[in-house]
This record gives sequence, C-alpha cells and structure tokens, in this order.
Amino acid sequence: MIEFLAMGGHAPYVWGSFGVALLAMVVEMVLLRQRRKAMNRRLARLARLNREGDGATSPDV
Amino acid sequence: MAEQRVQWFKFASPPNFYDLAGRLAPWFGGLAAILFVVGLYIGFILAPPDYQQGNSYRIMFIHVPTAWMSMFLYVLMAVYAAIGLIWRVKTAEVMAKAIAPTGAMFAFLCLWSGALWGKPTWGTYWVWDARLTSQLILLFLYLGYMALHAAIEDRQRAANASAILALAGVVNVPIIYFSVVWWNTLHQGASVTVTSAPTMETVMFAALLVMTFACWMYAIAVVLWRARLELLERERRAAWVLERMGEKA
Repeated sequence: MIEFLAMGGHAPYVWGSFGVALLAMVVEMVLLRQRRKAMNRRLARLARLNREGDGATSPDV
Repeated sequence: MAEQRVQWFKFASPPNFYDLAGRLAPWFGGLAAILFVVGLYIGFILAPPDYQQGNSYRIMFIHVPTAWMSMFLYVLMAVYAAIGLIWRVKTAEVMAKAIAPTGAMFAFLCLWSGALWGKPTWGTYWVWDARLTSQLILLFLYLGYMALHAAIEDRQRAANASAILALAGVVNVPIIYFSVVWWNTLHQGASVTVTSAPTMETVMFAALLVMTFACWMYAIAVVLWRARLELLERERRAAWVLERMGEKA
C-alpha cells in the first residue's frame, strides 16, 4: 500500500495531478449547487412579489 | 421529415430544454462517477508501470482526457455560439455560455497535470513551446470569452460579441492539435489517432478511453446543470418558470 502510494518516487506529481482534478470538479459542483440555491431564493421572491402586486412594476430581483 | 423538424425545435424551446436537461443530467452524472471509478481502477491497479517512465506516466490518464475535452468543448461552444448568432436560438446561446467554465477547467487541468508530468519526465514544469503555449492560449480564450460575456450588460450584445470571440478562437484548436507535427517540440506526438492503432498497451489504452468517457459524461452533466440555471436566470419572468416554481412551493 505504501509502495502504491509512493508511485515509485513520483507521488507528488501523480497525486498532485489527480488530486487537483478531483478538487476542481468538486468545487465546480459545489459552486453550481450554491448558485442553484441562490436562484431558487430569487425566484421565490419574484413569485411572491408577483402574487402581492403587479409583476411588471416589481423591482428587478 | 417535417415532423422531425418540429420535434427538434420543440426541444430547443426553453421549457422543454429545461425539463429534458433536468431529466438527463443525473444520468450523465451517475455514469461519470461509475466510469471514473472503473477508469482509475484500470489505470492504477490493472495497468503496469511504464518501462521507461515508471509510474509518472499514469498522469496521462487525466492529462490526455482533459486535453481532449478542452479542445472538444471549445469547438462545441463555438458551434453553439454560431447557432445562437445566426439563428437566434436562445438555448444555443445558453449552452455556449454554460460550456465555457467547464472547458476552462479542463484546459487548466490539462496544463496543470502536464506541468506535473513534465517535471519528472523533461526536468521542467514549463517550456514555451508550440503545444504548451497554444494550450495556454486556449485557456485564455475561455477566460476571455467568459470575461467578455460578463462585461457587457446588454444580454444580446454580450452573446453576440462573445460568440464572435469564440468563433475567431476556433483557429487555435487545429494549431494545438498539429503543433507537435508543425514545430519542433519537447511534447511527444499523438499516441492515439483516428487513423492508426494506438502505440501503447491495450490496458493503458483502455484506462485512457474509460477516463475520457468519464470526463465526457461529467462535462455533459455539469454543462446541462449550468445551462438550466442560465435559462432560469434569463427567463425568470416567463410563465413557464413561474409554473415550475409554483409546483415546488
């Protein structure tokens, strides 16, 4: 196992490549998730404003 | 024939696209996860060390797929941008914009893994040769596209201007691909081409192929996901968005 992780002395290069790739994909998905949540809140606010009054004159949300 | 045309345009309408993308994205995401596990298993457990490079060659299994993806996605982005520019297809504009961040990420990962592969293999992280420089330009094209889109307030003008940038940048893609043939470079030539058998062991080629499919599935899932958000943003006052929000509330 130790031998496997050592990658014949190339561990920083090999795991640095795959690690950053994994990190980048996880970050991308987390950012999209956050954006989705923010979008849902914004749309809910817009829907509420539409119900309460004239949607056309509501402030831009 | 006429019916097929109608079908095609039906899927290009924002609400239909939104629903279809929402149904498809999780499947692509799940497939990506499975393929990544299989690809890494083949690449790290089944594939033997390289007789020349030892274990550092395994970087290929992330480097090459990300390089291919960064180029494929750029061309795809330019095609969607062109469709948006010429026929004013709203969903095509949205797709072009949604592809850019993921393409930029792949271009970065290609450069990053390339640098980490270059150090043990060539003795340097970076050289200003044709292949590396043109790939760096690809990353800047993605970033430029995104910056231009963000800088112009008017949505239509932003889409038009960035579409033209995307199309002009397409010329860089064949330059990247053929750079190893056209110029003297440290970078090796293509080991895998459409016209000839791959010059590597079958098990290594299998790992490369599976990792490439995994990246494709991941890219499709994430792009569809982002395209849905872009559509909601653009169409937030449209009846179909309110309808769908009403269902959730």
